Amino acid sequence: MALKGSGINPKKFHRSQIKFYIFLIPFAVFMMLPILFIVNHAFKPLDELYAFPPRFFVYKPTFENFQNLFELANTSGIPLSRYLLNSLIVTSAVVFLSVIISSMAGFVLSKKNFKGKFTLFEINNAALMFVPIAVIIPRFLTVSFLGIDNTFFAHILPLLAMPVGLFLIKQFIDQIPDSLIEAAIIDGASDFKIYWKIILPLIKPAIATAAILAFQLVWNDLETSTLYTTSENMRTLAFFMNTLAIETNVVVGQGMAAVASLIMFVPNLVLFIILQSKVMNTMSHSGLK
Amino acid sequence: MHTDKKTPYLFLLPYILLFLTFIIIPIIMAIYLSFTNFNTIERPDLIGFLNYINLLTQDEIFMQYVLPNTVLFAVIVGPGGYILSFLLAWCLAQLTTLPRMILALIFYSPSMTQGVAMAVVWKIMFSGNQSGYVNSILMRWGIITEPIIFLQDTRFILPIMIIVALWSSMGVGFLAMLAGVLNIDQTLYEAGAIDGIKNRFQELFYITIPSMKPQMLFGAVMAIVGTFSTGIIGVQLTGANPTPGYAGQLIVNHIEDYGFIRFEMGYAAALSVVLLLIIYMFSYISKKLFSET
Repeated sequence: MALKGSGINPKKFHRSQIKFYIFLIPFAVFMMLPILFIVNHAFKPLDELYAFPPRFFVYKPTFENFQNLFELANTSGIPLSRYLLNSLIVTSAVVFLSVIISSMAGFVLSKKNFKGKFTLFEINNAALMFVPIAVIIPRFLTVSFLGIDNTFFAHILPLLAMPVGLFLIKQFIDQIPDSLIEAAIIDGASDFKIYWKIILPLIKPAIATAAILAFQLVWNDLETSTLYTTSENMRTLAFFMNTLAIETNVVVGQGMAAVASLIMFVPNLVLFIILQSKVMNTMSHSGLK
Repeated sequence: MHTDKKTPYLFLLPYILLFLTFIIIPIIMAIYLSFTNFNTIERPDLIGFLNYINLLTQDEIFMQYVLPNTVLFAVIVGPGGYILSFLLAWCLAQLTTLPRMILALIFYSPSMTQGVAMAVVWKIMFSGNQSGYVNSILMRWGIITEPIIFLQDTRFILPIMIIVALWSSMGVGFLAMLAGVLNIDQTLYEAGAIDGIKNRFQELFYITIPSMKPQMLFGAVMAIVGTFSTGIIGVQLTGANPTPGYAGQLIVNHIEDYGFIRFEMGYAAALSVVLLLIIYMFSYISKKLFSET
């Protein structure tokens, strides 16, 4: 008997979908447990953190751990606001600049003819598999050679060239019809004007996606704070939260560490929820040939 | 198409400059330094293949722990996470929009922090006394009588790292594959049904996977990158480099150990080159599997 309909992307619920739910829901619960746990743990008062047998859910939620965390940061000499400010500066700079340079490069790689175009794109494709941590030492040496250690440049510059961002943006620009650009050329528009007035407004989903990937990379990044910075007041929130999570094994510390993880995690989540439809739109063009 | 000789290069300039400085030059430097003896204070002096020879013949820790750990970790987390991502993406595509979105968000969210920022959750869960969650559950069920110090016990470190890495492996590749399954032309399935495709599995192998090969390849590359980037999780979990008894030591940790703790940069560079080759090998295999030409 021939199979009727594939059932991919169905419009409404059908009994045949139940088997997928049976598989997916327990899995989702398992995946969600650690995140639920961190939320609950962050709000537990001291006696619940100590409780034996340990309990998963919080019974009397409090902001105690949040207060402790802020107090600890204040007593350690450098206020939490300094780490936060550093993180905000670095994150916004990386997100903004990497989107600009990737979209500029993506535009010409997609819509212009010039020598070396395909080679460049091939090299970028190969660099998709680049794992910064593999060449952590030469990157460290490069940063010290440039003399930018202990400055914001050390946080920003190494993260700007994102092969994935360029790749996704270029693939997305590929589907913009050439006729649109030709029409603009006839009207006498310069390349910069075409990029600014036509390409950028049309590739908002890809920009959102590249931005979110850049955000995840830089917001969670430990490499630049650990290796390229020696002065404590140039380090980022991710670094501070991480030292907190690593060094505190005592129970009071657990509550604070949970708060720290939560603070690191929530912005990622919120941003993704806001932009998720744009991300999915971009991902449709993510094929690597 | 409009051709202009200079502007394309102007548009590319910032990207290329940064790409060269922080990706290409470091790779070339790693290759060069791997043939030298370099302690960061004196100038590097060329010693030929000595670092590689030492790696193969002298470094017992590498041969006994680091290499087997890395291979085991990469083989389970790489293909394992990848197959899981695909399977979940495929199942999700069979659902209606709203539940699909919610479930996709749940699967994707652990990867947002690459698992590293969430290491603390696992530290608390696997905490080594009787009030640790896993210990408490196992003791209540009577499986163990004494609490296990999971994160210092050489038997458990690597498995826990693998669990954490798998948990955070549904990343960008997963989203790409989900979009890939959803975008397959519906008429292909109808044609397939006429040609005698009998069940969902035949459909999967003869239509779904072949029509989304580019996304499968992208997903594979992302899975490889994710696998090797989460490699540092062992140090995060145990709080020490080297990890206790080298049980969770992967190449990335070994590089850091030699580079930033012992300052043997030349040797660490040789390790970097080996790691790059391993990553390249994985990508080469994925390309062979999914390339369209």
